[in-house]
Amino acid sequence: MTLLLKGGRIIDPANNLDKIGDILIDQGKIAAVGDTVEPTENMQILDVKGMIVTPGLIDMHVHLREPGQEYKETIESGVKAAIAGGFTAVCPMPNTLPVMGTHSIVSYVKNKGHALGLAKVFPIAAITKESQGKELAEMADLLDAGAVAFSDDGMPVMNPAIMRRAFEYAKPLAVPLISHSEDKHLAEDGVMHEGLMSTKLGLKGIPAAAEEVAVARDLLLAETTGGRLHLAHISTARSVEMVREAKKRGINVTAEATPHHFTLTDAAVVDYNTNTKVNPPLRIAKDREAVIEGLRDGTIDAIATDHAPHAIEDKDVEYDSAPFGLIGLETALPLVVSKLIDSGKLSWAQAIAALSTNPARILNLAGGTLSVSSAADITVINPELVQMVDSSKFASKAKNTPFEGWTLKGWAEYTMVDGIVVYRRQKEEE
Amino acid sequence: MNLKRKDLLGIEELTVEEINLILDTALPMKDIVQRDIKKVPTLRGRSVVNLFYEPSTRTRTSFELAGKFMSADTVNIATSSSSVAKGETLKDTAKTIEVMGADVVVLRHGMPGAARILAETISSHIINAGDGAHEHPTQALLDLFTIREEKGRIAGLTVTLVGDIVHSRVVRSNILALTKLGASVRLVGPPTLMPYGIEDMGVEVYYSLEEALKDSDVVMALRIQKERQQRGLFPSLREYSRLYGLTEEKLSWAKEDCLLMHPGPINRGVELSSPLADGISSLINRQVTNGVAVRMAILFLLIGGGKSDITA
Repeated sequence: MTLLLKGGRIIDPANNLDKIGDILIDQGKIAAVGDTVEPTENMQILDVKGMIVTPGLIDMHVHLREPGQEYKETIESGVKAAIAGGFTAVCPMPNTLPVMGTHSIVSYVKNKGHALGLAKVFPIAAITKESQGKELAEMADLLDAGAVAFSDDGMPVMNPAIMRRAFEYAKPLAVPLISHSEDKHLAEDGVMHEGLMSTKLGLKGIPAAAEEVAVARDLLLAETTGGRLHLAHISTARSVEMVREAKKRGINVTAEATPHHFTLTDAAVVDYNTNTKVNPPLRIAKDREAVIEGLRDGTIDAIATDHAPHAIEDKDVEYDSAPFGLIGLETALPLVVSKLIDSGKLSWAQAIAALSTNPARILNLAGGTLSVSSAADITVINPELVQMVDSSKFASKAKNTPFEGWTLKGWAEYTMVDGIVVYRRQKEEE
Repeated sequence: MNLKRKDLLGIEELTVEEINLILDTALPMKDIVQRDIKKVPTLRGRSVVNLFYEPSTRTRTSFELAGKFMSADTVNIATSSSSVAKGETLKDTAKTIEVMGADVVVLRHGMPGAARILAETISSHIINAGDGAHEHPTQALLDLFTIREEKGRIAGLTVTLVGDIVHSRVVRSNILALTKLGASVRLVGPPTLMPYGIEDMGVEVYYSLEEALKDSDVVMALRIQKERQQRGLFPSLREYSRLYGLTEEKLSWAKEDCLLMHPGPINRGVELSSPLADGISSLINRQVTNGVAVRMAILFLLIGGGKSDITA
């Protein structure tokens, strides 16, 4: 059985393609792309006129909470949220319980994801044992188990000597170290961005320098070791500037930004909504604008959600007591369309590159393209669909979104993995 | 006339008219506090629960007496003696207190925004008696009342707050209250005790005590908590006191008729020299009395019938 996607606007930045045409899928792979294909009897036809057809979106930074915190999210609920948001692949971070830093846990997560046959799951393994920042994890073995990169994410390696050794050791492995760049000493016990808003609210601030000092350190270490650095969720103007300059100097660095950092500022914290508590924190307008400019000029390569599910009871507490993190898989795409594409900040091709082509390139994944004979991981986007964010309808177990009730445009209509439609948007009930 | 609001969470949300209404209502309340028989029936049958998650003697007692002088039934809940110690959440505790029939819950909590959570969770009136480093509106109101009593006005005064600005909810509420009523506010202390961006709240920031005190009508010394030094925010109490501790000599830099205030309790020899502490003890006592009067006014304006004769 073959599947024909008929009449959509095909956007594939990897092949510099943007045209209205058809895509033929045969045995889970792309058989033809671009030109009009005459339907035959044994073809199933999907009319995608008016839709945008792109390589499957890849979220290179999520938290699936399994094993260990299944009450927040499971691999299953997480990948269901992914496909509902148009993502055909996700990269879970290793801060599971126990930490995803051993062969058995990496393969458990990978295999469990694979068995579901929904979004593909590419684990990111720990840099150091238990993410304690003391001894390197068995990186080569973790790669064999299926890891695609290394990160200690929210427990960043504080000791620069260990980070240096990690960069050096990972060089022959040809995968990036992903750094959640944060100097924990500077961040102290802050809960939001340090600025006028934190002063007014009486909440302890996290200075921008807590991120910037660590970004500078990681860039210098990548430079001196020749190692490969990917900066997770950069959020300040100065961080963007440093990455821009580092790229000019030829340092082997890539970077990502999140939808919440290009959409919100610390003004969103004003009523102490704990769903605005996230690390790095929501910054100020000039930082938000710099992140958008970084995406526009290519300084920031990827958009990743840092999807961080928490249960209602975790977040329904005082701001100080709430854990950091918000969910993003089911709102990322409409935020990109509504806040970046509609406003003319990014072209569709730039946006899809940041959501698919570039994450695949950074992590050496097979996806991120609609080239003939590649796996038919495809996202079909309805660019005109306007809907309200309603967390009660989320596939994710978690509801901790700061975008509840927002009206957004541009949602995934179909999500296909290996040629199978794994998600189809239900019509809104009238 | 009543406050047309359910809760008193902060000075930020109050209008100038509301602030003046509270201060004006506190005047007859002060008369009641100074009588031999301190009891009016105004709030008979109403209940006030003091829910205190942080130790406090002054504020809690002040609210308790304010309620009792107006015949409300008042209950105190301290964390050590409630299910909070067993891990119950703030919201669950609040709901329990609500269904027991609390008309007003007075909340003191170590975390900013706690009073707001309560106000959004339960239908009882909430009075914020201090939420972390955010606001302490009743303290600011009693400070305003005292300044007005001593100086006859607020507008046009230069009020200087000295010391630990960054950790102080009293400072935030006072900045908001004083600037709303037309006073100029100066802050002085070491840069490490100055919160980021505070000058954008319409105040002037100084690091030199002498410059800050010049032409000041009112000086408010803030309590220095010793644990701040352990966090490395200043080298020693000795050095702090040398730079920012108030003495009679340093106070002479301010206006001759300058009013010295302190929210209490005082660290003698740190933020105030002993002679100064002795000198202002009568004012501090008056502030305490005023505190009861202001809190009576707030309770009355939130849950008083409106028709009751408060001087009865």
